[in-house]
Amino acid sequence: MTKSGVRKEGIKGTLTGWLYLAPALAFLIFFMVYPLIDVFIYSFEEGYNSASQTYFGIGGYNYSYVLRDPYFLQAVKNTFILVIFTVPVSTVLSLLIALALNSIEKLKKLFQTVYFLPYVTNTLAVGLVFMILFRKTPYTDGLINLLIKAFGMSPVDFIEGPYWAKMFVLCVYVIWIVMPFKILILTSALASVNPVYYKAARIDGASKPRMFFKITLPMISPMIFYLVITGFIGAFKAYSDAVAIFGVDLNAAGMNTMVGYVYDMLYGDGGGYPSYASAAAIILFAIVLTITVINLIVSKRTAPKG
Amino acid sequence: MDVRLEHLTKVFPARDKKGSEVIAVNDFDFTIPEGKLIGLLGPSGCGKSTMLYMICGLENPTSGKIYFGDEDVTDIPSEKRGVGLVFQNYALYPHLTVRQNITFPLENLKGAEKLTKEERNRKALEAAKLVQIDGLMDRKPGEMSGGQQQRVAIARALVKMPKVLLMDEPLSNLDARLRLQTREEIRRIQKATGITTIFVTHDQEEAMSISDMIVVMKDGIFQQMDEPQKVYDDPVNLFVAKFLGTPAINVFEADVKDKKLYIGEDMVMDKVNVKDGPVWCGIRPEGFILDENGALHCSLTGVDVMGRDTSIVSTNPKMTGLSVRSIISAEDLKLTSKDSVRFNIRRSKTLLFDKESEARIYYD
Amino acid sequence: MSKSREIIRLERNARTKNAVFKTVIYVFLAFWALVVLFPFYWMLLSSVKSYASYMSERLPKFYATEPTFENYINAFTQVPLAKYFLNTIIYTVITTALMMIVIVFSAYAFARLDFKGKSLLFVGFLALMMIPNELVIITNFVTITNMNLRNTFTGLILPSVTSVFYIYLLKENFEQVPDELYYAAKVDGTSDLKYLFKVMIPVCRPTIITVIILKVIECWNSYVWPRLITDDANYFLVSNGIQEIRENGFGRDNIPAMMAAVVAVSLPLIILFLVFRNKIMEGVSRGGTKG
Repeated sequence: MTKSGVRKEGIKGTLTGWLYLAPALAFLIFFMVYPLIDVFIYSFEEGYNSASQTYFGIGGYNYSYVLRDPYFLQAVKNTFILVIFTVPVSTVLSLLIALALNSIEKLKKLFQTVYFLPYVTNTLAVGLVFMILFRKTPYTDGLINLLIKAFGMSPVDFIEGPYWAKMFVLCVYVIWIVMPFKILILTSALASVNPVYYKAARIDGASKPRMFFKITLPMISPMIFYLVITGFIGAFKAYSDAVAIFGVDLNAAGMNTMVGYVYDMLYGDGGGYPSYASAAAIILFAIVLTITVINLIVSKRTAPKG
Repeated sequence: MDVRLEHLTKVFPARDKKGSEVIAVNDFDFTIPEGKLIGLLGPSGCGKSTMLYMICGLENPTSGKIYFGDEDVTDIPSEKRGVGLVFQNYALYPHLTVRQNITFPLENLKGAEKLTKEERNRKALEAAKLVQIDGLMDRKPGEMSGGQQQRVAIARALVKMPKVLLMDEPLSNLDARLRLQTREEIRRIQKATGITTIFVTHDQEEAMSISDMIVVMKDGIFQQMDEPQKVYDDPVNLFVAKFLGTPAINVFEADVKDKKLYIGEDMVMDKVNVKDGPVWCGIRPEGFILDENGALHCSLTGVDVMGRDTSIVSTNPKMTGLSVRSIISAEDLKLTSKDSVRFNIRRSKTLLFDKESEARIYYD
Repeated sequence: MSKSREIIRLERNARTKNAVFKTVIYVFLAFWALVVLFPFYWMLLSSVKSYASYMSERLPKFYATEPTFENYINAFTQVPLAKYFLNTIIYTVITTALMMIVIVFSAYAFARLDFKGKSLLFVGFLALMMIPNELVIITNFVTITNMNLRNTFTGLILPSVTSVFYIYLLKENFEQVPDELYYAAKVDGTSDLKYLFKVMIPVCRPTIITVIILKVIECWNSYVWPRLITDDANYFLVSNGIQEIRENGFGRDNIPAMMAAVVAVSLPLIILFLVFRNKIMEGVSRGGTKG
């Protein structure tokens, strides 16, 4: 019996179908399709005034303004550094943890539960804890600095101090936040590798590292690529992590991200410029799209054949 | 309530631009008498299920009409048609208990037919008693065996006293022993309720054993409808003859010359009132008489003893299957040679069919 | 004799090696567990230290000498944390409920109904899954502002009552319900709508619960849109509330009170997670992403 055989076709069926979909369609058209078109229009309207809703002309000025804005360039630099550090580190680290998890039986469930906790926490709330742990104030050096001193180095203010220190905290926090998802995905990917392959390899006398590189890694490589791609996309969109640690005025802290720049252009102390915001958002989207496409090509190239 | 089909046809459109449309049911035109158990029989994919789904309203016919008694139900949606349907895989609601499954159809009754909770439960219990699962009312389907689930499915179909009960391969998911048992059960329930029942199956033995009448179909085309024994004894064409009976009928390439029937060189039957030419000759396994001077020469392959009867397996150059199977009662079994065997054939068990159209040729 | 002794020695070596390997793995896993848990411990610890004792610890102590609940009282009295909680609960409940209605009907239409334009529309829905929120939020912000819906629950809720991803997830699940169940229900006299509520939803309850939980988590933690759309503290959700407390709450240095607020905000989700641990982890691994 084929599905096409079900009654319910014709005009009445079509009407019912669209009726069931009407709410979703209405919301999607109003809050996704229309805005998607509109953002491109905004980005080309020069000198848009949000109070009078008028503009002077059409052109690429918004893009050139954004690309020359030092705040934007700072945000691009921050975002790229964040991406380059957090994606590889978190992926490799979560792979190691997943491998370790898969090699034990006792306490496995407990560890998995604990590792997943950051996923369900409020980014803003826990960010505050990180800030306190890394902060250096006149009263106290903070816990992390105590550790640093214990190793005989001089303390640093990670929150309001030098750029590299601030970037370090941000990276640590972002990694801490993204790990649960990656560990979860990789653990289940590893668990789904058919044990028959390992048995066969053992009989063939393969060593443990050889088994990892010749069996495990190729088998889970699609999942790793998936994590790298979503990791890149996620890291490019980092924002609330930075706010959680450095507060809302990210430009002043020199720690703004590209998404943060978009929102700041839209709203807040420097806000009221939807055109600039649109142009910046489209530049961000173009970068993310390019990198995703490159990722996909690379993953196609290296994917095992057959 | 009798069920009348008038020129019922179902055509499925082509799946893609290259494919061609499929005629699942082609111009069915017959009446199912009230209160009977009808076996709808045919090989897999012959359109039996489509036919059933049209009768219960899950499928719209492309053309033609369906009547329940005098009422034209062709355009009445299935939910208002008042039929009961039993599925091959039972299709019980997994989240509901047996009681809730059986009362489910009753909860949908509206207006004058609306029932109170007590009435619903009482009816459900009656139906459950009929299929002998009244001790399992609070179980979930997942906690029951296949046979028990099938009974629940039957109770659910029966509880609203349907005008027509339809069963789609209801026994094929059961093991052999349960199948026999449930078969008898279905027969008993049908007799007890007197509801017109249509039973779809591809298993001819199943259909033969419980049906009042069987309908044979092939590739969407109606072949024959009659009492099981009639269809077996008097098939209208080669397909029906081959489809019914275990072991299957033995088919030979034969020739008629001067009113005599030849299989190869052997003249096996005379007074054959047919014009000369090649024909298909079908002989039922019980149509062979062992005779050391018999007309039909075969090479002996082996003997299968199966209790009361014995089946002789042999070959003949003109046969169409892999071997010739004949059933001989044990006391008649006297083999004179190890390599060959000779038979005479019974006239009543020998059927002739046209070589081209495969339609039955009557020769008396 | 010496040969068997050799084998025993080799085996013992292998066993020792294995034991060392296992220990290394457990140490590594325990270390990461510590990294994950430590911030939680620290917030809990700081929240029960009195302001005076916290400020007097130049070297932070890993335990509280005189645990106090004073900070929690402060968190709920000195700043409107209770109000933030209430707002978040209202926002979460209404958004999740509305979204469930919208996506259940859509998923059902895609999974079970036959109508003209269905496959084309579904492709369109899938394409929308790739649109990043950052791209459409700008216009939505302008739209909501122009409709005078800033600082209202309507403005907060409206843009997040549809999720293409959840429609997709639910549609996949609905399609796994066998066709025969639908036919059986039809023959039993059930309408499409009744079938949806009486059979489809109960049968797919596990997935529906998973979607609800994931959406609740998302709502509870949402920050960006509420921040754009509310500047009146009466409409702040907990995320904005925390940020507000940090900027101008108890005075910048009352860390213990701040930590009490952080614990209060984090606790509901942690409890939810511990109760529905398997459902959440399974749901997320089926394709959820952070944020």
